[in-house]
Amino acid sequence: MDKKKPEQNTRKKMVRMLAFSTILLLSILILSFILGDTNLRLNAGSKNLPPSSKHLFGTDWLGRDMLTRTIKGLRLSLAVGAFASMMSVVVATVMGTGAAIFGKKVDNAISWVIDLFIGMPHLVFMILISFIAGGGIRGIVLGVSFTHWMSLARVVRAEVLQLQNAEYIHISRSYGKSAWFIASKHILPSVFPQIMIGFLLMFPHVILHEAALTFLGFGLSPQTPAIGIILSEAMNHISTGKWWLVLFPGLLLVIVIKSFDNIGEQLRIMMEPTSSNE
Amino acid sequence: MPLIGEGLGFYYQKEQWVFKDINISVEPGEVLGLSGYSGCGKTTLARILAGYMPPLEGRVLLDNNVFRQRKFRPVQLIYQHPEKAVDPKWRMYEILTESYIPSQDILDAFEIREEWMNRWPIELSGGELQRFCIARALNPETKYLIADEMTTMLDAITQAKIWHSLLKICQGRNLGLIVVSHEKSLLHRICDRIYAVGQS
Repeated sequence: MDKKKPEQNTRKKMVRMLAFSTILLLSILILSFILGDTNLRLNAGSKNLPPSSKHLFGTDWLGRDMLTRTIKGLRLSLAVGAFASMMSVVVATVMGTGAAIFGKKVDNAISWVIDLFIGMPHLVFMILISFIAGGGIRGIVLGVSFTHWMSLARVVRAEVLQLQNAEYIHISRSYGKSAWFIASKHILPSVFPQIMIGFLLMFPHVILHEAALTFLGFGLSPQTPAIGIILSEAMNHISTGKWWLVLFPGLLLVIVIKSFDNIGEQLRIMMEPTSSNE
Repeated sequence: MPLIGEGLGFYYQKEQWVFKDINISVEPGEVLGLSGYSGCGKTTLARILAGYMPPLEGRVLLDNNVFRQRKFRPVQLIYQHPEKAVDPKWRMYEILTESYIPSQDILDAFEIREEWMNRWPIELSGGELQRFCIARALNPETKYLIADEMTTMLDAITQAKIWHSLLKICQGRNLGLIVVSHEKSLLHRICDRIYAVGQS
């Protein structure tokens, strides 16, 4: 029988995974500031080069360095994604909590609004909002955040409704604690995991919708280096054998989204009391 | 200043009264037992007396005053299931000190150990949790305590210990105590007076 290494503490492992994901995201962010704009200039001499040591991700049909484009595109996409997700999470939390706390009439009104928004065709509604807002980044952020909050709002509403009748909340009230104390100390920590998951699940949505809106001509302008634009442009060239145009940006996008997902998951597990000693 | 319930009545489904015309009063320092078969409304009555819900008929008086919102309620209720009465996302010391900071005497009286303080509620047993629940209800402002089947799920020795400590504290502070239980022997042992719910 050989000696096994002492069992790795799950907590330590989780902290390491968390650190790894965070460092990865941060390095992409920092890299996006370091890389200069010179590589984005059109360069007829280096058109359609496959990946090499000079151009790690190759170059596109206008001679632009794909690594620079991808990193810069990711930064923009992530910023838009983070902002739109945050907006929709805030809308969902306010609506859901409001429906649960302020009694029957408010609940009916908010539930009606939720049904109304769910009933509308998604993409059409988003195009409408983005068009009204004047397109661009603002259009995408508003469009996505006002069409994606409903399901999370329902979850939050149900969760808060249930918590309101919990005995420990009744007891807290009997101690004369304010509504604000109860909301921030008792209710919020319990619904936080749901909100966190909602936030992270919104990310890929936002990035995909950004690409979709851009494709239809209501989103970003074509010269902006967004990951959605890079991917939809690359689709035209993949049939001619330029695989690096779609592979590396796509791969990096998957890695980035996965890291976000990982951070959210590790945080959720660590906050859960049941797993605190694993 | 006794705690008085005047002509209390309550129903969950319209016109199907759980109880009606209940007149009940407890003096400070008195131990009153509430007995009755299961489903007769003992818990409902306890919740009404503690101000958790308003009665549909009658009123609850304390100091000739109805309960005020946003203030510490001088009538505290101890629930049957301690695991539902504590926030699962809080550590034990946070739960214990939510209403006030208990003195070492109270902690000793209920044998609450220092090493439990940093744990989560799921890491303690029901009996251990219940001791925290009793200790945190003994705020200096508490005048009446309602124990709703407080020790039903504990073993006999723990039960005896907890009641012993609690009765001593109630006597020392002149607290009124309402004991809700279906165990006749327990009620006869500790109560000055027994009120049977649902036998009118």
